[in-house]
Amino acid sequence: MKLTINGEEKIIEKDTLTISTLLLAESVKMPEMVSVELNGEMVERDVFDTQEVKEGDALEFLYFMGGGQ
Amino acid sequence: MERYSFSISKEIAEELETHAKAGLPNETCGYLGGKDDVVTTFYPMVNVDASPEHFSFDPEEQFAVVKEARSKKEDLIGVYHSHPETPARLSEEDINLFNDPNPTYIIVSLKDEEPSMNGFKVFKPSNDEIQIVKVELKREN
Repeated sequence: MKLTINGEEKIIEKDTLTISTLLLAESVKMPEMVSVELNGEMVERDVFDTQEVKEGDALEFLYFMGGGQ
Repeated sequence: MERYSFSISKEIAEELETHAKAGLPNETCGYLGGKDDVVTTFYPMVNVDASPEHFSFDPEEQFAVVKEARSKKEDLIGVYHSHPETPARLSEEDINLFNDPNPTYIIVSLKDEEPSMNGFKVFKPSNDEIQIVKVELKREN
């Protein structure tokens, strides 16, 4: 499946993917700390396991960023 | 252990300090865009926690800045935040929450009259292993 991930085209050797399985396929560490945008829309974390990813989709991954003194 | 350096112009360093002071009493934060280890752009971000002790980026603003930086062929090479009342070192909360190994984490401390700044990399090779490396900050004119 051809996807655009963080601005770069990638081929993922899977026929079906969800956000969760894509994060796993991309070896994203601590996926529970990652925010995901799918075709310009933020994806709620509680649907990562069910939200399907399709051929041609554009995704952005980024880590939650926070801290404190 | 690998050594890391980070070049930041005097002007951008002053922008960070001014931004940190303007946000008092709260912590402030932002991204630093650039190439390799040279900062070219400061992207101030909203601290959605609006707290003197914590900061969090707004994910929607993060996505917007990521795309803006990409359009300028920049990488987001640094994440800055301020410590209004404590030194420019990583707190326990920082270490727990800094999960991205790629950026240099810049901390501006306003604890003393003269602001101070330090940079760090945080690596988590496994669930129970954390490596913190101090980054050499080069202030360019």
